[in-house]
Amino acid sequence: MSASVEASEVRKTALNKVHREMGAKMVDFNGWDMPVEYPGSGGLIAEHLAVRNSVGLFDVSHMGDIRLHGPQALAAVQHMTMNDAAKLSIGQAQYSALLYPQGTFVDDVIVHRLGENDYLLVINAGTREKDFNWVRGSAEGFDCEVEDLSDNYTQIAVQGPNGWKTLQKLTDVDLTQVKFYWFTHGTVCGLPNTLIARTGYTAEDGFEIYVPADEATSARVWKALMDAGKEFGIVACGLGSRNTLRLEGKLPLYGHEISDSITAWEAGLDRFIKMDKGDFTGRAALEKQKAEGIKRTLVGLEPIERGIPRDGYKVFNLDGNEIGFVASGSYGPFLRKNIALAYVPIEQSQIGNEVAVEIRANRVKCKIIPVPFYKRPKKA
Amino acid sequence: MAYPADFKYTKEHEWLKIEGNTGTIGITDHAQNSLGDIVFVELPKVGAELASGKSFGTVESVKAVSELYAPVSGTVAEVNEALGTAPEKVNTDPHSAWLIKITLKDASEVNGLLSAADYEKFIAEEQ
Repeated sequence: MSASVEASEVRKTALNKVHREMGAKMVDFNGWDMPVEYPGSGGLIAEHLAVRNSVGLFDVSHMGDIRLHGPQALAAVQHMTMNDAAKLSIGQAQYSALLYPQGTFVDDVIVHRLGENDYLLVINAGTREKDFNWVRGSAEGFDCEVEDLSDNYTQIAVQGPNGWKTLQKLTDVDLTQVKFYWFTHGTVCGLPNTLIARTGYTAEDGFEIYVPADEATSARVWKALMDAGKEFGIVACGLGSRNTLRLEGKLPLYGHEISDSITAWEAGLDRFIKMDKGDFTGRAALEKQKAEGIKRTLVGLEPIERGIPRDGYKVFNLDGNEIGFVASGSYGPFLRKNIALAYVPIEQSQIGNEVAVEIRANRVKCKIIPVPFYKRPKKA
Repeated sequence: MAYPADFKYTKEHEWLKIEGNTGTIGITDHAQNSLGDIVFVELPKVGAELASGKSFGTVESVKAVSELYAPVSGTVAEVNEALGTAPEKVNTDPHSAWLIKITLKDASEVNGLLSAADYEKFIAEEQ
Protein backbone atom coordinates (compact mmCIF):
# COMPACT_ATOMS: atom_id res chain seq x y z
CA MET A 1 0.00 0.00 0.00
CA SER A 2 1.27 3.40 -0.87
CA ALA A 3 -0.08 6.69 0.34
CA SER A 4 1.35 10.16 0.31
CA VAL A 5 0.25 13.20 2.22
CA GLU A 6 1.39 16.65 1.25
CA ALA A 7 1.82 19.26 3.90
CA SER A 8 1.89 22.93 2.99
CA GLU A 9 0.42 26.26 4.01
CA VAL A 10 -3.25 25.95 3.17
CA ARG A 11 -6.25 28.24 3.29
CA LYS A 12 -9.25 27.49 5.45
CA THR A 13 -12.93 28.28 5.14
CA ALA A 14 -14.89 29.64 8.10
CA LEU A 15 -16.31 26.12 8.58
CA ASN A 16 -12.90 24.45 8.94
CA LYS A 17 -13.29 23.85 12.70
CA VAL A 18 -16.77 22.40 12.14
CA HIS A 19 -15.44 19.89 9.60
CA ARG A 20 -12.68 18.86 11.98
CA GLU A 21 -15.12 18.52 14.88
CA MET A 22 -17.22 16.26 12.65
CA GLY A 23 -14.17 14.07 12.05
CA ALA A 24 -13.95 14.82 8.32
CA LYS A 25 -10.98 13.51 6.37
CA MET A 26 -9.29 16.67 5.16
CA VAL A 27 -7.26 17.15 1.99
CA ASP A 28 -5.35 19.94 0.34
CA PHE A 29 -7.55 20.93 -2.59
CA ASN A 30 -5.93 23.62 -4.73
CA GLY A 31 -4.37 25.15 -1.63
CA TRP A 32 -7.52 24.80 0.49
CA ASP A 33 -7.86 22.54 3.52
CA MET A 34 -11.18 20.92 2.63
CA PRO A 35 -13.21 17.89 3.72
CA VAL A 36 -12.95 15.06 1.20
CA GLU A 37 -15.38 12.81 3.06
CA TYR A 38 -16.96 12.36 6.46
CA PRO A 39 -16.66 8.90 8.04
CA GLY A 40 -19.59 9.99 10.23
CA SER A 41 -21.74 10.33 7.10
CA GLY A 42 -20.78 6.79 6.10
CA GLY A 43 -18.12 7.80 3.59
CA LEU A 44 -18.12 8.90 -0.03
CA ILE A 45 -20.67 6.48 -1.46
CA ALA A 46 -23.14 7.10 1.37
CA GLU A 47 -22.77 10.86 0.86
CA HIS A 48 -23.30 10.53 -2.89
CA LEU A 49 -26.45 8.43 -2.42
CA ALA A 50 -27.83 10.80 0.21
CA VAL A 51 -27.74 13.63 -2.34
CA ARG A 52 -29.35 11.49 -5.07
CA ASN A 53 -32.07 10.16 -2.77
CA SER A 54 -32.66 12.87 -0.19
CA VAL A 55 -30.30 15.66 0.88
CA GLY A 56 -26.64 16.45 1.53
CA LEU A 57 -24.77 19.52 2.77
CA PHE A 58 -21.55 20.91 1.25
CA ASP A 59 -19.20 23.68 2.30
CA VAL A 60 -18.30 25.36 -0.98
CA SER A 61 -16.89 28.56 0.50
CA HIS A 62 -13.64 28.03 -1.40
CA MET A 63 -15.45 29.09 -4.57
CA GLY A 64 -14.79 32.66 -5.65
CA ASP A 65 -17.29 35.51 -6.03
CA ILE A 66 -16.64 38.49 -8.29
CA ARG A 67 -19.10 41.39 -8.47
CA LEU A 68 -19.27 43.71 -11.47
CA HIS A 69 -21.42 46.80 -11.12
CA GLY A 70 -21.70 50.15 -12.84
CA PRO A 71 -23.22 51.66 -15.98
CA GLN A 72 -21.33 49.29 -18.30
CA ALA A 73 -21.40 46.14 -16.18
CA LEU A 74 -23.53 44.26 -18.72
CA ALA A 75 -21.28 45.31 -21.60
CA ALA A 76 -18.24 44.08 -19.66
CA VAL A 77 -19.89 40.75 -18.81
CA GLN A 78 -20.97 40.32 -22.44
CA HIS A 79 -17.42 41.05 -23.60
CA MET A 80 -15.80 38.47 -21.29
CA THR A 81 -18.33 35.59 -21.31
CA MET A 82 -19.62 33.28 -24.05
CA ASN A 83 -23.27 33.01 -23.01
CA ASP A 84 -25.77 35.85 -23.53
CA ALA A 85 -26.01 37.75 -20.24
CA ALA A 86 -28.42 40.23 -21.84
CA LYS A 87 -31.10 37.54 -21.62
CA LEU A 88 -30.90 37.47 -17.80
CA SER A 89 -33.71 38.92 -15.72
CA ILE A 90 -32.87 40.30 -12.30
CA GLY A 91 -32.81 37.25 -10.03
CA GLN A 92 -31.71 34.86 -12.76
CA ALA A 93 -28.48 32.88 -13.06
CA GLN A 94 -26.74 31.41 -16.10
CA TYR A 95 -24.00 28.87 -16.79
CA SER A 96 -21.27 30.52 -18.86
CA ALA A 97 -17.51 30.65 -19.34
CA LEU A 98 -14.61 33.06 -19.56
CA LEU A 99 -12.59 32.28 -22.69
CA TYR A 100 -9.12 33.17 -23.89
CA PRO A 101 -8.82 34.71 -27.37
CA GLN A 102 -8.00 31.15 -28.58
CA GLY A 103 -11.51 30.00 -27.58
CA THR A 104 -10.12 27.91 -24.71
CA PHE A 105 -11.13 28.21 -21.07
CA VAL A 106 -10.01 30.64 -18.42
CA ASP A 107 -12.77 29.01 -16.34
CA ASP A 108 -16.46 28.22 -16.36
CA VAL A 109 -18.65 30.56 -14.30
CA ILE A 110 -22.17 31.07 -13.06
CA VAL A 111 -23.36 34.60 -13.87
CA HIS A 112 -26.04 36.01 -11.54
CA ARG A 113 -27.86 39.20 -12.37
CA LEU A 114 -28.20 40.94 -9.00
CA GLY A 115 -29.69 44.22 -10.24
CA GLU A 116 -30.02 46.69 -13.08
CA ASN A 117 -26.24 47.04 -13.64
CA ASP A 118 -25.06 44.54 -11.12
CA TYR A 119 -23.68 41.03 -11.77
CA LEU A 120 -22.09 38.31 -9.63
CA LEU A 121 -19.73 35.75 -11.18
CA VAL A 122 -19.17 32.59 -9.17
CA ILE A 123 -15.86 30.98 -10.12
CA ASN A 124 -13.75 27.95 -9.20
CA ALA A 125 -11.53 27.78 -6.12
CA GLY A 126 -8.44 26.53 -7.91
CA THR A 127 -8.46 29.40 -10.38
CA ARG A 128 -9.58 32.25 -8.13
CA GLU A 129 -6.63 34.61 -8.48
CA LYS A 130 -6.18 33.88 -12.18
CA ASP A 131 -9.89 34.43 -12.85
CA PHE A 132 -10.06 37.63 -10.83
CA ASN A 133 -7.08 39.10 -12.68
CA TRP A 134 -8.61 38.02 -15.98
CA VAL A 135 -11.97 39.57 -15.15
CA ARG A 136 -10.37 42.80 -13.98
CA GLY A 137 -8.25 42.96 -17.14
CA SER A 138 -11.26 42.20 -19.34
CA ALA A 139 -13.31 44.92 -17.65
CA GLU A 140 -10.71 47.60 -18.36
CA GLY A 141 -12.12 50.34 -20.55
CA PHE A 142 -15.65 49.64 -19.33
CA ASP A 143 -17.32 51.94 -16.81
CA CYS A 144 -17.76 49.28 -14.16
CA GLU A 145 -16.36 48.32 -10.75
CA VAL A 146 -14.84 44.88 -10.23
CA GLU A 147 -14.91 43.62 -6.64
CA ASP A 148 -13.54 40.37 -5.24
CA LEU A 149 -16.13 39.30 -2.63
CA SER A 150 -14.73 35.77 -2.26
CA ASP A 151 -13.68 36.18 1.36
CA ASN A 152 -16.94 37.85 2.41
CA TYR A 153 -19.12 34.78 2.10
CA THR A 154 -19.49 31.31 3.46
CA GLN A 155 -21.19 29.41 0.64
CA ILE A 156 -23.20 26.35 1.64
CA ALA A 157 -24.84 24.00 -0.86
CA VAL A 158 -27.98 22.12 0.22
CA GLN A 159 -28.37 19.53 -2.51
CA GLY A 160 -30.85 16.78 -3.34
CA PRO A 161 -34.60 16.29 -3.77
CA ASN A 162 -35.23 17.18 -0.11
CA GLY A 163 -32.83 20.14 -0.16
CA TRP A 164 -35.61 22.70 -0.53
CA LYS A 165 -37.64 21.17 2.33
CA THR A 166 -34.58 21.35 4.58
CA LEU A 167 -33.83 24.99 3.78
CA GLN A 168 -37.51 25.95 3.89
CA LYS A 169 -37.55 25.38 7.66
CA LEU A 170 -34.98 28.15 8.12
CA THR A 171 -36.34 30.85 5.83
CA ASP A 172 -39.52 32.87 5.31
CA VAL A 173 -38.96 32.90 1.54
CA ASP A 174 -41.33 30.56 -0.33
CA LEU A 175 -38.70 28.38 -1.99
CA THR A 176 -41.21 26.74 -4.31
CA GLN A 177 -41.37 30.13 -6.08
CA VAL A 178 -37.63 30.09 -6.87
CA LYS A 179 -37.18 28.27 -10.18
CA PHE A 180 -34.07 26.26 -11.08
CA TYR A 181 -31.20 28.65 -11.95
CA TRP A 182 -32.96 31.61 -10.33
CA PHE A 183 -32.17 33.21 -6.98
CA THR A 184 -33.67 35.55 -4.42
CA HIS A 185 -32.69 37.40 -1.25
CA GLY A 186 -34.33 36.66 2.07
CA THR A 187 -33.84 35.91 5.75
CA VAL A 188 -32.12 32.59 6.52
CA CYS A 189 -31.51 31.62 10.18
CA GLY A 190 -32.37 35.21 11.09
CA LEU A 191 -29.76 36.62 8.68
CA PRO A 192 -31.49 39.23 6.52
CA ASN A 193 -30.78 39.74 2.83
CA THR A 194 -29.15 36.32 2.33
CA LEU A 195 -28.58 35.28 -1.29
CA ILE A 196 -30.51 32.05 -1.91
CA ALA A 197 -29.83 30.48 -5.32
CA ARG A 198 -31.41 27.36 -6.82
CA THR A 199 -28.12 26.20 -8.28
CA GLY A 200 -25.62 23.44 -7.60
CA TYR A 201 -23.03 21.08 -8.98
CA THR A 202 -24.60 17.71 -8.29
CA ALA A 203 -27.10 17.19 -11.15
CA GLU A 204 -29.84 17.35 -8.51
CA ASP A 205 -32.26 20.01 -7.40
CA GLY A 206 -30.83 22.11 -4.58
CA PHE A 207 -29.89 25.49 -3.20
CA GLU A 208 -26.72 27.43 -2.54
CA ILE A 209 -26.79 30.10 0.14
CA TYR A 210 -24.29 32.87 0.86
CA VAL A 211 -23.91 33.95 4.50
CA PRO A 212 -21.36 36.21 6.23
CA ALA A 213 -17.99 34.47 6.46
CA ASP A 214 -17.40 34.73 10.19
CA GLU A 215 -16.85 31.46 12.05
CA ALA A 216 -19.68 31.77 14.55
CA THR A 217 -22.35 32.66 11.99
CA SER A 218 -21.15 30.04 9.51
CA ALA A 219 -21.13 27.31 12.16
CA ARG A 220 -24.58 28.33 13.39
CA VAL A 221 -26.10 28.14 9.88
CA TRP A 222 -24.36 24.84 9.09
CA LYS A 223 -25.62 23.25 12.32
CA ALA A 224 -29.13 24.64 11.79
CA LEU A 225 -29.23 23.05 8.33
CA MET A 226 -27.96 19.73 9.71
CA ASP A 227 -30.76 19.85 12.32
CA ALA A 228 -33.39 20.90 9.79
CA GLY A 229 -32.43 18.03 7.52
CA LYS A 230 -32.34 15.40 10.25
CA GLU A 231 -35.79 14.02 9.39
CA PHE A 232 -34.63 13.52 5.78
CA GLY A 233 -31.42 11.77 6.80
CA ILE A 234 -29.21 14.71 5.81
CA VAL A 235 -25.45 14.07 5.80
CA ALA A 236 -22.43 16.33 5.45
CA CYS A 237 -20.75 15.76 2.08
CA GLY A 238 -17.14 16.30 1.04
CA LEU A 239 -15.31 16.99 -2.17
CA GLY A 240 -15.17 13.27 -2.97
CA SER A 241 -18.91 12.91 -3.49
CA ARG A 242 -19.07 16.38 -5.03
CA ASN A 243 -16.79 15.06 -7.76
CA THR A 244 -18.65 11.79 -8.38
CA LEU A 245 -22.02 13.58 -8.41
CA ARG A 246 -20.86 16.10 -11.00
CA LEU A 247 -19.24 13.35 -13.08
CA GLU A 248 -22.47 11.29 -13.26
CA GLY A 249 -24.20 14.46 -14.43
CA LYS A 250 -21.41 15.32 -16.93
CA LEU A 251 -20.81 18.70 -15.31
CA PRO A 252 -17.35 19.94 -16.34
CA LEU A 253 -14.44 20.46 -13.96
CA TYR A 254 -11.60 22.86 -14.71
CA GLY A 255 -8.37 21.00 -15.40
CA HIS A 256 -10.33 17.98 -16.64
CA GLU A 257 -13.15 18.53 -19.15
CA ILE A 258 -12.25 22.19 -19.62
CA SER A 259 -8.86 23.88 -19.60
CA ASP A 260 -6.72 26.46 -21.35
CA SER A 261 -6.02 23.92 -24.10
CA ILE A 262 -9.61 22.82 -24.77
CA THR A 263 -12.08 24.96 -26.70
CA ALA A 264 -15.72 25.53 -25.83
CA TRP A 265 -16.86 23.59 -28.93
CA GLU A 266 -14.63 20.62 -28.08
CA ALA A 267 -16.06 20.55 -24.55
CA GLY A 268 -19.53 20.16 -26.08
CA LEU A 269 -20.91 23.28 -24.42
CA ASP A 270 -22.61 24.48 -27.63
CA ARG A 271 -25.84 25.21 -25.74
CA PHE A 272 -24.04 27.93 -23.76
CA ILE A 273 -22.12 29.54 -26.66
CA LYS A 274 -24.08 32.44 -28.14
CA MET A 275 -22.33 33.33 -31.41
CA ASP A 276 -25.09 35.77 -32.34
CA LYS A 277 -24.97 37.99 -29.25
CA GLY A 278 -22.19 40.23 -30.58
CA ASP A 279 -18.44 40.02 -30.13
CA PHE A 280 -16.84 38.40 -27.08
CA THR A 281 -13.35 37.22 -26.21
CA GLY A 282 -12.72 33.93 -27.98
CA ARG A 283 -15.57 34.32 -30.47
CA ALA A 284 -13.34 34.78 -33.53
CA ALA A 285 -11.35 31.65 -32.69
CA LEU A 286 -14.54 29.67 -32.15
CA GLU A 287 -15.93 30.88 -35.48
CA LYS A 288 -12.71 29.85 -37.23
CA GLN A 289 -12.70 26.43 -35.54
CA LYS A 290 -16.33 25.86 -36.50
CA ALA A 291 -15.56 26.72 -40.13
CA GLU A 292 -12.47 24.51 -40.26
CA GLY A 293 -14.15 21.63 -38.43
CA ILE A 294 -13.90 20.55 -34.81
CA LYS A 295 -11.39 17.73 -34.47
CA ARG A 296 -12.15 16.20 -31.08
CA THR A 297 -15.04 15.96 -28.68
CA LEU A 298 -15.95 14.83 -25.19
CA VAL A 299 -17.64 11.42 -24.94
CA GLY A 300 -18.91 9.14 -22.20
CA LEU A 301 -17.19 5.79 -21.72
CA GLU A 302 -18.23 2.62 -19.98
CA PRO A 303 -15.68 -0.17 -19.61
CA ILE A 304 -16.78 -3.50 -21.10
CA GLU A 305 -13.97 -5.22 -19.21
CA ARG A 306 -12.81 -4.85 -15.60
CA GLY A 307 -11.11 -1.57 -14.74
CA ILE A 308 -11.64 2.04 -13.78
CA PRO A 309 -10.54 4.59 -16.37
CA ARG A 310 -9.17 7.62 -14.52
CA ASP A 311 -8.12 11.11 -15.51
CA GLY A 312 -4.98 11.26 -17.61
CA TYR A 313 -5.18 7.66 -18.83
CA LYS A 314 -4.54 7.26 -22.57
CA VAL A 315 -7.28 6.24 -24.99
CA PHE A 316 -6.49 3.99 -27.97
CA ASN A 317 -8.51 2.77 -30.93
CA LEU A 318 -8.80 -0.98 -31.39
CA ASP A 319 -5.92 -0.88 -33.89
CA GLY A 320 -3.64 0.19 -31.04
CA ASN A 321 -3.17 3.84 -32.00
CA GLU A 322 -3.38 6.48 -29.30
CA ILE A 323 -6.36 8.73 -30.06
CA GLY A 324 -7.12 10.68 -26.90
CA PHE A 325 -7.24 10.86 -23.12
CA VAL A 326 -9.55 10.41 -20.16
CA ALA A 327 -10.64 13.75 -18.67
CA SER A 328 -12.37 12.27 -15.59
CA GLY A 329 -13.21 8.74 -14.54
CA SER A 330 -14.48 6.97 -11.48
CA TYR A 331 -16.84 4.43 -10.08
CA GLY A 332 -20.30 6.03 -10.32
CA PRO A 333 -21.90 5.33 -6.93
CA PHE A 334 -25.53 5.85 -8.01
CA LEU A 335 -25.12 4.08 -11.37
CA ARG A 336 -23.07 1.33 -9.71
CA LYS A 337 -20.70 1.07 -12.64
CA ASN A 338 -17.42 2.60 -13.78
CA ILE A 339 -17.74 5.65 -16.03
CA ALA A 340 -15.42 8.14 -17.67
CA LEU A 341 -15.43 11.26 -19.80
CA ALA A 342 -12.79 11.25 -22.52
CA TYR A 343 -11.60 13.31 -25.46
CA VAL A 344 -11.54 11.39 -28.75
CA PRO A 345 -11.44 12.38 -32.45
CA ILE A 346 -14.88 13.40 -33.67
CA GLU A 347 -14.98 10.69 -36.34
CA GLN A 348 -14.62 8.04 -33.61
CA SER A 349 -17.08 9.58 -31.18
CA GLN A 350 -20.31 7.83 -32.19
CA ILE A 351 -22.38 6.04 -29.55
CA GLY A 352 -21.54 2.34 -29.46
CA ASN A 353 -18.03 2.78 -30.82
CA GLU A 354 -15.42 0.74 -28.94
CA VAL A 355 -12.09 2.13 -27.76
CA ALA A 356 -9.46 0.95 -25.27
CA VAL A 357 -8.19 2.78 -22.20
CA GLU A 358 -4.70 2.01 -20.95
CA ILE A 359 -5.00 1.15 -17.27
CA ARG A 360 -1.51 0.38 -15.96
CA ALA A 361 -0.31 -2.57 -18.08
CA ASN A 362 -3.69 -3.39 -19.62
CA ARG A 363 -5.76 -2.05 -22.49
CA VAL A 364 -9.31 -2.13 -21.18
CA LYS A 365 -12.09 -2.10 -23.78
CA CYS A 366 -14.74 0.57 -23.31
CA LYS A 367 -17.78 1.55 -25.29
CA ILE A 368 -19.00 5.05 -25.97
CA ILE A 369 -22.34 5.61 -24.26
CA PRO A 370 -24.75 8.56 -24.18
CA VAL A 371 -24.16 11.39 -21.73
CA PRO A 372 -25.08 12.66 -19.23
CA PHE A 373 -24.70 9.30 -17.48
CA TYR A 374 -27.33 10.44 -14.99
CA LYS A 375 -30.36 12.72 -15.40
CA ARG A 376 -32.49 13.54 -12.40
CA PRO A 377 -36.08 12.31 -12.64
CA LYS A 378 -38.52 15.01 -13.75
CA LYS A 379 -41.08 15.92 -11.13
CA ALA A 380 -44.51 14.50 -11.92
CA MET B 1 -10.27 -2.22 15.32
CA ALA B 2 -7.68 -4.44 17.00
CA TYR B 3 -4.66 -5.64 15.04
CA PRO B 4 -4.40 -9.43 15.44
CA ALA B 5 -1.29 -10.40 17.39
CA ASP B 6 -0.72 -13.47 15.20
CA PHE B 7 -0.31 -11.33 12.05
CA LYS B 8 2.86 -9.65 10.77
CA TYR B 9 2.64 -6.17 9.21
CA THR B 10 4.44 -3.96 6.69
CA LYS B 11 5.00 -0.20 6.62
CA GLU B 12 2.98 -0.24 3.37
CA HIS B 13 -0.02 -1.42 5.44
CA GLU B 14 -0.32 -5.05 4.38
CA TRP B 15 -0.83 -7.85 6.88
CA LEU B 16 0.55 -11.37 6.60
CA LYS B 17 -0.67 -14.44 8.44
CA ILE B 18 1.69 -17.43 8.43
CA GLU B 19 0.39 -21.01 8.69
CA GLY B 20 3.11 -23.54 8.02
CA ASN B 21 4.49 -22.73 4.57
CA THR B 22 1.48 -20.65 3.53
CA GLY B 23 1.16 -16.89 3.89
CA THR B 24 -2.20 -15.11 3.69
CA ILE B 25 -2.06 -11.44 2.69
CA GLY B 26 -4.53 -8.61 3.18
CA ILE B 27 -4.56 -4.88 3.91
CA THR B 28 -4.93 -3.39 7.36
CA ASP B 29 -7.86 -1.58 8.92
CA HIS B 30 -5.77 1.59 8.85
CA ALA B 31 -5.24 1.12 5.10
CA GLN B 32 -8.90 0.59 4.24
CA ASN B 33 -9.83 3.53 6.41
CA SER B 34 -7.34 5.81 4.63
CA LEU B 35 -8.55 4.64 1.22
CA GLY B 36 -12.28 5.02 1.81
CA ASP B 37 -14.90 3.01 -0.09
CA ILE B 38 -13.08 0.25 -2.00
CA VAL B 39 -14.62 -0.48 -5.40
CA PHE B 40 -12.01 -2.47 -7.29
CA VAL B 41 -9.27 -4.98 -6.51
CA GLU B 42 -6.76 -6.22 -9.08
CA LEU B 43 -4.93 -9.37 -8.05
CA PRO B 44 -2.35 -11.68 -9.65
CA LYS B 45 -3.18 -15.11 -11.06
CA VAL B 46 -2.49 -18.39 -9.28
CA GLY B 47 1.10 -19.41 -10.02
CA ALA B 48 2.43 -15.84 -10.26
CA GLU B 49 5.78 -15.22 -8.54
CA LEU B 50 5.89 -12.47 -5.90
CA ALA B 51 9.09 -10.71 -4.89
CA SER B 52 9.30 -9.18 -1.43
CA GLY B 53 8.63 -5.44 -1.52
CA LYS B 54 7.43 -5.49 -5.16
CA SER B 55 3.96 -4.58 -6.36
CA PHE B 56 1.59 -7.51 -6.87
CA GLY B 57 -1.66 -5.69 -7.62
CA THR B 58 -3.79 -2.69 -6.82
CA VAL B 59 -6.70 -1.79 -4.64
CA GLU B 60 -8.85 1.14 -5.74
CA SER B 61 -11.24 3.27 -3.76
CA VAL B 62 -13.65 5.66 -5.49
CA LYS B 63 -10.98 8.34 -5.30
CA ALA B 64 -7.61 6.66 -5.45
CA VAL B 65 -5.48 3.84 -6.79
CA SER B 66 -3.12 2.20 -4.32
CA GLU B 67 -0.41 -0.35 -5.10
CA LEU B 68 -0.19 -3.57 -3.12
CA TYR B 69 3.31 -4.67 -2.09
CA ALA B 70 4.34 -8.21 -1.28
CA PRO B 71 5.40 -8.52 2.38
CA VAL B 72 7.51 -11.59 1.48
CA SER B 73 8.46 -13.55 -1.64
CA GLY B 74 6.48 -16.55 -2.82
CA THR B 75 4.16 -18.16 -5.36
CA VAL B 76 0.46 -17.30 -5.52
CA ALA B 77 -1.50 -20.38 -4.41
CA GLU B 78 -4.99 -18.92 -4.10
CA VAL B 79 -6.82 -15.69 -4.95
CA ASN B 80 -9.91 -14.40 -3.12
CA GLU B 81 -12.23 -14.31 -6.14
CA ALA B 82 -15.16 -13.09 -4.01
CA LEU B 83 -13.57 -9.63 -3.91
CA GLY B 84 -14.19 -9.30 -7.66
CA THR B 85 -17.90 -8.78 -7.06
CA ALA B 86 -17.74 -7.63 -3.43
CA PRO B 87 -14.61 -5.47 -2.96
CA GLU B 88 -16.36 -3.60 -0.13
CA LYS B 89 -15.64 -6.61 2.11
CA VAL B 90 -12.13 -5.17 2.47
CA ASN B 91 -13.71 -2.11 4.15
CA THR B 92 -16.11 -3.98 6.40
CA ASP B 93 -13.78 -6.77 7.48
CA PRO B 94 -10.19 -5.95 6.49
CA HIS B 95 -8.51 -8.52 8.70
CA SER B 96 -10.69 -11.39 7.41
CA ALA B 97 -11.13 -10.30 3.77
CA TRP B 98 -7.81 -11.69 2.54
CA LEU B 99 -6.52 -10.93 -0.96
CA ILE B 100 -4.20 -13.81 -1.83
CA LYS B 101 -2.51 -16.85 -0.29
CA ILE B 102 1.08 -17.62 -1.22
CA THR B 103 3.54 -20.44 -0.75
CA LEU B 104 6.52 -18.89 1.01
CA LYS B 105 9.86 -18.90 -0.75
CA ASP B 106 12.04 -18.04 2.24
CA ALA B 107 10.48 -18.19 5.71
CA SER B 108 13.28 -16.06 7.17
CA GLU B 109 11.96 -12.99 5.29
CA VAL B 110 9.18 -12.84 7.88
CA ASN B 111 11.70 -11.72 10.50
CA GLY B 112 11.93 -8.31 8.84
CA LEU B 113 8.22 -7.55 9.33
CA LEU B 114 6.46 -5.63 12.10
CA SER B 115 4.61 -7.14 15.04
CA ALA B 116 1.08 -5.88 15.85
CA ALA B 117 2.52 -3.63 18.59
CA ASP B 118 5.22 -2.25 16.26
CA TYR B 119 2.64 -1.57 13.57
CA GLU B 120 0.27 0.23 15.95
CA LYS B 121 3.15 2.40 17.09
CA PHE B 122 4.11 3.05 13.45
CA ILE B 123 0.64 4.25 12.42
CA ALA B 124 0.34 6.38 15.56
CA GLU B 125 3.55 8.17 14.54
CA GLU B 126 2.30 8.51 10.96
CA GLN B 127 -0.82 10.44 12.00
